Amino acid sequence: MLILECPYCGVKAEETELHAGGEAHLKRFGPGSSDDEFHDYLFMRENPKGVHFERWRHVNGCGKWFHAARCTMTLEVFGTYSAQTYEPPQDIRDAISAKRPDWSWREFK
Amino acid sequence: MSDPVSALNGAAFSGMASVAEGGLAGMITLRGDLSSAKLKDAVKSATGAAMPVSGKVELREDGGLCWMSPDELLVLVRYEEVEAKLAEINAGLKGEHALAENVSDARAVFRVSGEGAREVLAKLCPVDMSVDAFVPGQFRRTRMAQVAAAFWLDHDETFHIVCFRSVAGYVFTLLSTAAQSQSEVGVY
Ligand SMILES: [Zn+2]
Repeated sequence: MLILECPYCGVKAEETELHAGGEAHLKRFGPGSSDDEFHDYLFMRENPKGVHFERWRHVNGCGKWFHAARCTMTLEVFGTYSAQTYEPPQDIRDAISAKRPDWSWREFK
Repeated sequence: MSDPVSALNGAAFSGMASVAEGGLAGMITLRGDLSSAKLKDAVKSATGAAMPVSGKVELREDGGLCWMSPDELLVLVRYEEVEAKLAEINAGLKGEHALAENVSDARAVFRVSGEGAREVLAKLCPVDMSVDAFVPGQFRRTRMAQVAAAFWLDHDETFHIVCFRSVAGYVFTLLSTAAQSQSEVGVY
């Protein structure tokens, strides 16, 4: 059972109150981008065994989108944070480093 | 003149807890900046209630305010007064980036009370319903089995549930089934 604390309403919501929104911090490539960039934006996703960053929506609740950092192998949650950011905040990165010292994910570490 | 009726016309069930459809209730959805003084004044003059903090409800004699999300309130008023209150709120919000709408007829309300009330809700919602965790004045949006619902606990140990009117029959069946006598789990 995955339990994430919604950063907007503080509810500790279990998975059935939430809706998974896929990989976090995607950069959109739209009009004007190359075919390769658009292809990667549409289809290429991380699939890590370990630290992962995702978007979730508190759908049966306050309705807000937020971000979560968790381990796909153990379901350990490192933290949740606001949707209004392009990258994981420092306190989340520190929380991950404390548990998984050599983690990296895309360009973040 | 049409004669407004609530979704289930006051249907009731009694088992290890009492379940009753709550009849007509005035409800206004309000979206806006909850920290704005203008918005606070508008809802206070309409209901008498102060702005609730996150996850809480503020109840007064004929009205109340439920905290729905960081930018949304559910304003509770008497059904007969809803249009007048809506006009009052809109007047108070003039010039403010906000939206208020009468949603009374889109909703159904239920009351669950009695010894087994906490167990009834615990069977249906992924919410910690223990006495320490869910206290009077608390407000929670969640799911009730397969549909969205919200509820609060008043100071007389009665739970008030709000759901969409289109699923009122489903929710009443859920609550009644969960409240069958001798179906206590014995957790709370
Ligand atoms: Zn939330």
